[in-house]
Amino acid sequence: MQSDTADNVRAALGRRGRWGWGEVAFWLVAAATLVFLPERHLILNEIAIIGLFALSLDLILGYAGIVSLGHAAFFGLGAYAAGILAKNGIGDPLLGLGVAALAAAILGFVTSFLVLRGSDLTKLMVTLGVALVLGELANQMSWLTGGADGLQGITMGPILGLFEFDIFGTVAYAYSLVVTFVLFVIARRIVVSPYGLSLRSIRDNPLRARAVGIPVNRRLVAVYTLAAAYAGVAGALLAQTTQFVSLDVLAFHRSADVMLVLVIGGVGYLYGGLIGAVFFKVLQDVLSAWTPQYWQFWIGLILVLLVLAGRERLTDRVRALRPRSRRGLATDKARPLPTTTAREV
Amino acid sequence: MAAALETRGLVKRFGGLVATDNVTFRLEQGARHALIGPNGAGKTTFINLLTGVLAPTSGQILLEGQDITRLRPELRVQRGLARTFQINQLFPAMTPLETLGLAVSERMGGGHDWWRVIGSKREIVDEIVEIAERFRLTDVLDERTANLAYGKQRLLEIAVAFACRPRVLLLDEPAAGVPEAERHELLATVAALPRDVSVLLIEHDMDLVFSFADRISVLVNGGLFTEGSVEEVSTDPRVRAVYLGESVDE
Repeated sequence: MQSDTADNVRAALGRRGRWGWGEVAFWLVAAATLVFLPERHLILNEIAIIGLFALSLDLILGYAGIVSLGHAAFFGLGAYAAGILAKNGIGDPLLGLGVAALAAAILGFVTSFLVLRGSDLTKLMVTLGVALVLGELANQMSWLTGGADGLQGITMGPILGLFEFDIFGTVAYAYSLVVTFVLFVIARRIVVSPYGLSLRSIRDNPLRARAVGIPVNRRLVAVYTLAAAYAGVAGALLAQTTQFVSLDVLAFHRSADVMLVLVIGGVGYLYGGLIGAVFFKVLQDVLSAWTPQYWQFWIGLILVLLVLAGRERLTDRVRALRPRSRRGLATDKARPLPTTTAREV
Repeated sequence: MAAALETRGLVKRFGGLVATDNVTFRLEQGARHALIGPNGAGKTTFINLLTGVLAPTSGQILLEGQDITRLRPELRVQRGLARTFQINQLFPAMTPLETLGLAVSERMGGGHDWWRVIGSKREIVDEIVEIAERFRLTDVLDERTANLAYGKQRLLEIAVAFACRPRVLLLDEPAAGVPEAERHELLATVAALPRDVSVLLIEHDMDLVFSFADRISVLVNGGLFTEGSVEEVSTDPRVRAVYLGESVDE
């Protein structure tokens, strides 16, 4: 009896760490696009980068409940760090990623202390403010960043000394996809770890989290720093694969877009950012080809409808209220994506 | 021997209001001690001072002889002071299994472990099972907490605190709102708490106080009004006057 329960407990706890078929299929399809969609590699590269950026936002928003309207600060800093490094003759891509991650992590660590105090509204304003300040700094320091003209003259070396970037974007896409995959695997591991569980507990009920001995602030500082590093890597990937950085990387719309991407795909669910990035980018691509002047109108309309129709997906709390036995039926009815385990990942 | 938990001249003022008025209190090792008092007597403030949610205006708090007056709440938990809440404070989106796993792994110092899956350590699994059996949660371990019957949620509320392996456990109205049918189970588990855990019970329900406690302290207007054994307090005419009259004499 005792050992039965123990086995069940072990199985139930282990279940969250295991990969589902859907997940394997997702990454196989992603890998297959490297071979089967050669003419789409430029946009796929962007999708991978935005997906990673959204994944980074999900780490703080979906798993720790920290709202941010200025996540582009880290993306932009990473992009400039990698760009400036490469412009000054240090063109090794992986080194650039490392430097970008470090720079963004430091900024994340420092600003986390501002962000962690106060209400959600305070958080929105502080994150927004940090991004605006950074944007203006980049604008003013044109000797370093190129200012409004952008950072030009970036030349990248080959990845690992072996793979040169090509004009079709194939190597660039493969590079972004591999980096995104590696960081995804790490994030996936983190969210099912005791540390990840403590983040979810803080998001659900910080009062109780403290009462079981969790140092809430320290955990939030850690995840904010980590998410900043992820965003920095995403920015660096953009700088390296497009070999150009403009003030656009720090613009408000980047922070807003990544929030939209995450809302489209689903918050608190690591695939949400990736799937949202695919939808967002494809939608943008199709609409701007169809109606170049008014595509933003349509994308706005679609987003409003999507959020209204699927607003349950904004939080997984609604799902949480549904009894396990009935959840299966409900999934058949309305939900295209989530199964219980994948949703928690 | 040092008291399990002790306060010396504890005062908390909110502006002009004295919510805790010079409370000097001892919870002995292994005690089953109840703290009672009419509404507004300052019981909740007292608990919040003990757990570190509020900082006292003056006075001292000692846990097993060590001064914890300025210690952060989570560090008090790590030193062995855990509490339950009068209104459930659970993680609705998590299962009891995850909730207990969280508390156990935090206590074992694995809370910043970000690489392993939570169930990979044997001692964690064993302890989850032990706690689940003690609190009769084995059959609902894999349900969403939000879906549990209220009585089960109440049991989980205590189980989470117990999973912190406290030396001192503060139970804040554990039976509040539990329907009659589920009450027995709850009271039985509270009665079966191991004797090496010192328990301070904050309660309105006199049946529970009389069946569980061996000492009672009465808090009135923020100050300790009287303290004594169950017989002493229940027969004290002054206590009846301020508090017990309405609930015992009927």
